[in-house]
Amino acid sequence: MRFILFFLVLTVLSSCEFETSQNDKLPLPILGEKEVVDGKTVYHTISDFEFMDQDSQVINNAFFNGQVYVLNNFFSHCPTICPKVKQQMLRVYDKYKDDDRVALLSHTIDPERDSVPRLKVYANRLEVDGRKWHFITGEKEKLYAMSRDHFLTALEDPDAEGGFDHSGTLILVDKNRKVRSFCNGLKPEEVDRLLKDIDKLLNEG
Amino acid sequence: MKVKILLLSFLILFMVFACQSNPYAEGKRIYTAYCASCHMEDGNGLKSLVPPLAKSDYLAQNQDKLACIINKGLNGSIIVNGKEYNQPMAGIPSLNPTKLTNVINYINHAWGNNAGYTKIQDVEAALKKCER
Repeated sequence: MRFILFFLVLTVLSSCEFETSQNDKLPLPILGEKEVVDGKTVYHTISDFEFMDQDSQVINNAFFNGQVYVLNNFFSHCPTICPKVKQQMLRVYDKYKDDDRVALLSHTIDPERDSVPRLKVYANRLEVDGRKWHFITGEKEKLYAMSRDHFLTALEDPDAEGGFDHSGTLILVDKNRKVRSFCNGLKPEEVDRLLKDIDKLLNEG
Repeated sequence: MKVKILLLSFLILFMVFACQSNPYAEGKRIYTAYCASCHMEDGNGLKSLVPPLAKSDYLAQNQDKLACIINKGLNGSIIVNGKEYNQPMAGIPSLNPTKLTNVINYINHAWGNNAGYTKIQDVEAALKKCER
């Protein structure tokens, strides 16, 4: 009886392992709605954008030529989840600090208060290199469109703490402007998975 | 003899439970709900953005101001452990004196801190004298 039980457990365990290893071998999916045009599948593609970062540098799609980037939205006066999400973004930053294939992008949803100098101060206080991690601002409407284009929530809400409602999601975008992975930036174990997904994306070449 | 052994085992059992109980459970719950998103679960804050509460000289030296800081928030520059911080902190007006007392006592004794005990009377008196 004991033996049967032992083998049963072993089979279940090994089958689970098999499944995850199979999953690991699959390429990352392209996320978002897709349509078929003239027999070809067209995937959601990040639209053109142009903003300014904490060093007054113009940041647009062309800036990330050949780079993948991890994006989130935030505002520097955020009294709630932002520092926790920033702590997780710092894990991404620390892992790829010396890897030029990866960039980080945080766009504000509060451009009235988050001016370029304010973002500079914020980046300095996070003790990060501005060549790697860009904190961007610009016109409000365009910033909100940027959030939507990356499947992020961003709402001005007087009832929300700090005046803005947003998610703590991190988005991974490949060098062809396709969204390939995302995770909840409040959950370290989900960020573990995102880090693995970044490696996988980099291995695609 | 049997009675002695019985008493002794009760004593040991009592000591084990006394040591295990967490005296700041409510304070910890409030900390996790309201403070940890910025000051983090380990009280270490975030880089130069959010000051630490763990082993913080500012915390130890400003015990009389803590109730007001948590209730009304904090603006402007402060020096914590020799480092300057200047990020506005939002106040949490919804915490009543009991909850403030609980969370202050938790912070005062968490992460190796030993900043003393606060009584609810101290918190009530401090709240009447807040600057803003």
